[in-house]
Amino acid sequence: MKPSRSLARRLTIVNAMLLFVVLILTLQLWLLTASANAYLAGDTSVTLPAALVSLACLGLNLGLLHYLYRFE
Amino acid sequence: MSEPHTEDRQTISPRSVPPDRAPPAQQPRWRRDFPIDWDEDDYVSRRDLVKYMVLTSSAFAVGQLSFLYKKLFGRPQQALQRQPVATLNELAVGGAKTFNYPAGSTSRLLVRLGPSAFVAYDQQCTHLQCPIVPVVEQGKLHCPCHNGWFDLRTGDAIAGPPQRRLPRILLEVHDQTVYAAGVEGGSG
Repeated sequence: MKPSRSLARRLTIVNAMLLFVVLILTLQLWLLTASANAYLAGDTSVTLPAALVSLACLGLNLGLLHYLYRFE
Repeated sequence: MSEPHTEDRQTISPRSVPPDRAPPAQQPRWRRDFPIDWDEDDYVSRRDLVKYMVLTSSAFAVGQLSFLYKKLFGRPQQALQRQPVATLNELAVGGAKTFNYPAGSTSRLLVRLGPSAFVAYDQQCTHLQCPIVPVVEQGKLHCPCHNGWFDLRTGDAIAGPPQRRLPRILLEVHDQTVYAAGVEGGSG
């Protein structure tokens, strides 16, 4: 069964969005692991920049989710 | 009557029709969230996956913020009292001894490297907290659990799974006695 044109378009968009979200999530996971390692070693200088970058990633993800809700 | 094959069903009804025959936009939420047709179901499952991924993203951000919170508002490390841990006669060169510093802490390891050279570290491996053992003749500390190695003089991780150096115990020698005087490195 071929999906309708609008559904096919929505599927493409959601797939692209999924790819972006996975990439951002991978970056966040790496960041969390690296800063946990640094923090446990007593180096707390990276906690602030890492938290800011992680929050920016979350903001990007929330923006994508907002877009997903909007085009529905 | 047996159910027709999938291909037959597709030929007969290319898209499922809801019982009330109303357009999809007018269907209740639960029916839109549990579609019958595969392509609709693909869309809904991927959309839900995006939502869960964003939820995971917020969990990662919260985890990251917890480090910052601990840095800004965590309990400051209190200055530790000096504590005798061994006498010079008690420990031969190349010998080792475990002790607790401060009282109630995890086990610490004191090693005598020379007549007046001592080093002491936390005895827990920084990989998975297995107790480490000194290999004085090689100048290393060994974690037998996963074959991790540390430099005996610096406490740096040099081989195996550990990535972080061992927390070091600061030592002072006065009147034939070795004192522990502080802890350097580690999160507490």
